[in-house]
Amino acid sequence: MKSPRIYNRIHPTGNMFLYSFSFYLFSTIAVLSALMVISAKNSVHSVLFLILSFVNSSALFVLLGAEFLAMILVVVYVGAVAVLFLFVVMMLDINFIKLREGFLQYLPFGVLLGAVLLLELSMIFFSNRLSKVTLVEFSTKPIFSDFENTKDLGNVLYTEYFYLFQLSGLILLVAMIGSIVLTLRDRSGVKKQIIYDQVNVDTVNYIEKKKVKLREGTNV
Amino acid sequence: MENNILDLLLFPEFILSVGAIAILLIGLFTTKKTFSSTSNLSVILLIVVGIIIYINKNISFAYFNTFFKESSFILFFQILVVIGSIASIIISSNYYKDIKLLRFEIPVLILFSTLGMLVLIGSNNLMSMYLGIELQSLALYVLAAIRRDSLQSAESGIKFFVLGALSSGILLYGCSLIYGFTGSTNFNDIFTSISSLDNLNLGIIFGLVFILVGLAFKVSAVPFHMWTPDVYEGAPTAVTAFFAIVPKVSAVALIYRFCLEPFGDFYKEWSQIIIFLSIGSMFLGSIAAIAQTSIKRLLAYSSIGHIGYILIGLASTNAAGIKGAVIYVLIYVLMNIAIFTIILSLKIKDNYVEKINDLSGLSKDKPVFSICIAITMLSMAGIPPFAGFFGKFYIFIAALEAELFYLAILGVLFSVVSAFYYLRIIKIMYFDDLKIPNYQTNISSKASLILFFSILTITMFIFYPSLIINIGSDISIEFFNN
Repeated sequence: MKSPRIYNRIHPTGNMFLYSFSFYLFSTIAVLSALMVISAKNSVHSVLFLILSFVNSSALFVLLGAEFLAMILVVVYVGAVAVLFLFVVMMLDINFIKLREGFLQYLPFGVLLGAVLLLELSMIFFSNRLSKVTLVEFSTKPIFSDFENTKDLGNVLYTEYFYLFQLSGLILLVAMIGSIVLTLRDRSGVKKQIIYDQVNVDTVNYIEKKKVKLREGTNV
Repeated sequence: MENNILDLLLFPEFILSVGAIAILLIGLFTTKKTFSSTSNLSVILLIVVGIIIYINKNISFAYFNTFFKESSFILFFQILVVIGSIASIIISSNYYKDIKLLRFEIPVLILFSTLGMLVLIGSNNLMSMYLGIELQSLALYVLAAIRRDSLQSAESGIKFFVLGALSSGILLYGCSLIYGFTGSTNFNDIFTSISSLDNLNLGIIFGLVFILVGLAFKVSAVPFHMWTPDVYEGAPTAVTAFFAIVPKVSAVALIYRFCLEPFGDFYKEWSQIIIFLSIGSMFLGSIAAIAQTSIKRLLAYSSIGHIGYILIGLASTNAAGIKGAVIYVLIYVLMNIAIFTIILSLKIKDNYVEKINDLSGLSKDKPVFSICIAITMLSMAGIPPFAGFFGKFYIFIAALEAELFYLAILGVLFSVVSAFYYLRIIKIMYFDDLKIPNYQTNISSKASLILFFSILTITMFIFYPSLIINIGSDISIEFFNN
């Protein structure tokens, strides 16, 4: 598992310190900001911390040499999802204090769930130590190439997986059609700008000359 | 290597997708009679696609088997899906005009959904399977909620969407587990990589169960059926007709192929699940429908019951099972086309019939319609001279050949129970008093032609059964020889 390029670039030169230093730096910030997401009083702040956490995780992906995942994480999660959250939080007037009212009531349930998860994790940990059975027993191991993984993905995405790529495009088209169908409505009484008519306005039809008599005025 | 243009892989799918986009644009830029022109064009496009699918049948895609496959089983189900879509567009156009739901996107969404079904029936890979399912169901979610001003329609759309997304998630998790433990997403490769095993390991079984749960949701087999009655009732009736006729067929084809192709050697692992789904569906389909007052809910439960019978063919895992399923699905589609054509054209006092009691005394006012309903109901109940009997007959024969005697006996028992509510409709039509003497009909000439053909096939099946039965046995022989 040593092939990713960036890891190689740092590692063989013996600069292990820089690698571990950046790993611990980014992961500490990621974990801390994740904690802040759930503990911040102001919900706008917690969304901002969420974005910080995403950015740091994408930096961790870069360290692993998975730069495509890092880009996707920034584009999709930071660019779309988090901004959407931010919009929702700022536009809707949700009283988060009220949402937290039942916290103590649900605490035992949450603790139970956490305990079960912890138990499961520890079981996996110990059973792996005991029986040495790995998940990818039958898998053909991924072949690491010398290119960046963006290039690798691009190479197969538009050749081998071309049909599937087109199909996913069609799915997105259907999603677009669907959202337009379900939300677009023809409202009556909307004053629309019709540029064609505006351009075609003629002085003959729209401007009327009137003689105004002195001291009498005229009706418009 | 010389290639004819018709020999291109997925040529029908390609034509369908390009055509659907073209029809979308035509609908967008025409101003007069948009709905009728787009729906007529969609019907023409689907007919062309069906013909191309049939012409393309003898081409082997040895190189492309990674994602898609061709066999006569797939060919049959693809053509059936196309026919079902054509029928459901034709029979519903008058209804849409009547309730003034003239949105040209409806036929376009039906086209995209049909495209998804063609893809998922022909898929030979977990990825193409998932994409097909998503394309199909995304269009269906929108169709369920298409009537925006109706609260019920919106509710059914949301319900369908949430539960469908959940089931897709479960299915995807199963796919990832199978990929993790076999190292491949291709059906053939999964088959070869697990064929060396004596028993499936836990991870693969988990993946298998999760995928089966997802698929059972799509066919609405019993523990995962909850959405069906609500969605059927809430969606506009024409959309319900499409839901009942087409997507079930594709999901049934997929669940058959998924169980028998990659996991064919390990039928012991999944046959219990299928038997459970089958018994549960037959039970609920026959018991729960008794208490219904709405025709659409009744038909929803009836379709759940039919799925139970179709799954018997899968549980018996033999050639007779495939043959029975092919015959049953074909007859199921015909019966649903017939009954929905009638529901979509029968009105009382400017409202379409919704309740079963609305039909009381129908025979005195509209004798032709009531005889059509009666024939369809008798066929659904599986009463001998009609086609539905033969569907059940061949399914039960398959169960007996596989020595699943209890399954066949339970099937017959539940079929007797379900005969109650089918016959009750006939009783209401023929022996109850005519309450409202002014039934109106709103049926186009094309729709009445479709009704005529489906009723003709249901009644005349007994005279020429070999036509369909031969297709069924050919398909089943080919299925087990490959």
